Amino acid sequence: MTELVIDAINLTRNFGSLAAVSSLNLQVEKQTIYGFLGPNGSGKTTAIRLFTGLLKPSSGTVNVLGCNLPKDTEKLRRQIGYMTQKFSLYDDLTIKENMQFIARVYGLTPKEQKVRLDELTSIYQLEKLTNQIAGSLSGGQKQRLALSCAVMHKPKLLFLDEPTSAVDPENRREFWEQLFDLCDQGVTILVSTHYMDEAERCHKLSILENGIKRADDSPANLMASMPANVIELSTDNLRQLKQQLISLPEVVSASQLGAHLRVLVNKTIADPMEFLTNTNIMPSKTEMRIVRPSLEDVFVLSTGHNRLSSTNINKDK
Amino acid sequence: MKSLLRIQAIIVKELIQLKRDRMTFGMVIMIPLVQLLLFAFAINTNIRHIPVGIFDQSNTALSRVLEQTVAATSIVKFTQNYNSLPQAQAAIDRGDVRAVFIIPNDLSQRLVRHSTIGFGLPAASDEETSRPIAQWLVDGSDMAIAGSIKSLRNMPLAELLNKPANRNVPTFEVTLLYNPEQRSVVNIVPGLVGVILTMTMIMFTSAAIVRERERGNMELLITTPLASIELMIGKIFPYIFIGVIQVTIILGLGYFFFNVPMNGGLWQLALATLLFIFASLVLGLVISTLATNQLQSMQMTIFILLPSILLSGFMFPYEGMPEIAQYIAEALPATHFIRLIRGVVLRDVDVVDMSFDMFWLIAFSLIGLIVAAMRFKKTLD
Repeated sequence: MTELVIDAINLTRNFGSLAAVSSLNLQVEKQTIYGFLGPNGSGKTTAIRLFTGLLKPSSGTVNVLGCNLPKDTEKLRRQIGYMTQKFSLYDDLTIKENMQFIARVYGLTPKEQKVRLDELTSIYQLEKLTNQIAGSLSGGQKQRLALSCAVMHKPKLLFLDEPTSAVDPENRREFWEQLFDLCDQGVTILVSTHYMDEAERCHKLSILENGIKRADDSPANLMASMPANVIELSTDNLRQLKQQLISLPEVVSASQLGAHLRVLVNKTIADPMEFLTNTNIMPSKTEMRIVRPSLEDVFVLSTGHNRLSSTNINKDK
Repeated sequence: MKSLLRIQAIIVKELIQLKRDRMTFGMVIMIPLVQLLLFAFAINTNIRHIPVGIFDQSNTALSRVLEQTVAATSIVKFTQNYNSLPQAQAAIDRGDVRAVFIIPNDLSQRLVRHSTIGFGLPAASDEETSRPIAQWLVDGSDMAIAGSIKSLRNMPLAELLNKPANRNVPTFEVTLLYNPEQRSVVNIVPGLVGVILTMTMIMFTSAAIVRERERGNMELLITTPLASIELMIGKIFPYIFIGVIQVTIILGLGYFFFNVPMNGGLWQLALATLLFIFASLVLGLVISTLATNQLQSMQMTIFILLPSILLSGFMFPYEGMPEIAQYIAEALPATHFIRLIRGVVLRDVDVVDMSFDMFWLIAFSLIGLIVAAMRFKKTLD
């Protein structure tokens, strides 16, 4: 069996009467990139804070890198890296000063500091910026600095809380390449996001909503086992058709994408195209085809009022 | 070893941030400099040249000589002339003058019958002969000004009539040690060290932890292996140097500009000052762990600062305060330090002889450091 880096059982954290994380069971295997996908307020950050020992669980147990939290929090802190959602390095220090600060905090000797700083500035393309004040950096540069500081002490486990929210697509691609490099070197990465394309890159994924885990598998499996078929249709008067379609109980969701309407039909319907044609609301010249589900479809089906569970394939009103 | 590296990390970071923050750095120098000049010139218990008016009813050569004799004391300065009592009263109401000197019609008669001038001692019952020669109408709301004018009550008048002064033999001989010329700056400068250090030291560290939290750096710090006591020590250390710079400015200016004597040993001074700086910085840290934002920490600093100015003995003698105020004063590090520094600088006392005050500062620092480190939790709960 593969080694578990994070093992959470029935993990719950309440803030007053609100359950930010509720009965979370989560297993993260070594050397994988594990994604947390969920809307704002779904408990992603709280879950990460529970795994890093920043918050104490209200109930349940969590074991990270063999450390039982919250007892072994201090021991754990030497082995993990954490990149916060908001830039949390010092805006009034230069890149080099920030990196030196982190290096000293992790107890690197002056000789080690120099070697590691050279190494990191070259990996994360910060050589030319070393004397620039962190507050004046662009979103992408700040993020590379934050990542280089998070991996300063070569952690075995890296937590990234919405790392790319202030970064353009080009830098995001680059960033993910760097994450895969780290993963290749044996680092386990837990990353939270609300971008579908990022979530799709993860080895494994949890969809969180209101502190509850709605789905948990690899992106491919999630899409394959989705309890609905996806029909893409194009015709005139899409807005009106959409309204009519979503009033049907078998139609889970319909959303417009440019000149197309993407309709999710419950898998209980064996032939969705025939079903739609027989509803008598389709305009005469409608083009229809079955398409491959996307992660966004999975997300839509797993959360909110459209939620369908794989076992209970009735529409969840 | 790793612990030292972590403390070093915090110290270096704090120093760089301080260096970048030009305004704060400037204030470190300007606060003691300007405050010293202001206090040293402004606070003066020997009040001179109080603006007063005169209402001269007799209007004789004698009354003008009397006016000049009074003016010659330089306690008051005659700036206005009034012709009626209501006019004089209104001028005091408006605040034009602090007092009015009223010379009666019968000045010369009163003068010749006056006990110190006239013909021998009058019978005690004789009201006619024991009357004062003139009157002061004073705005008594400010006690220091009223006191100065009251000191004119027994002004010798012999020279008015070219007679030898009728000197009284004092009941007691008073010898003034340490400040024989009674210059208030001698007492103020050492006390000012205490007040300015209280202000700047508490302010720096009271913002220290709160600022990290407000700027979002705390979330990063607490995921690192940094221990809370390491963070506390690292936060205190750079400001010790700032405290030393400020003390040097105040005492240096006091010595060279205002001739404040430096009677005590330098290492004794350094020891007492370092202890006080440490105690104040620790007090600031405790505040910083209590406050949730910088405004709160600033308010708490002022909450400590005001009693440190008013109750520490800097402005009013400790002995004159009611018992409750004395208990509060005893709790403040500034009280103990002002005793120590006045002792060392003015009276050349050995700090060992004032071990209670020293001990108190040490105990305060250690307890405060433990409280701050315990209150600072490395979680977000």
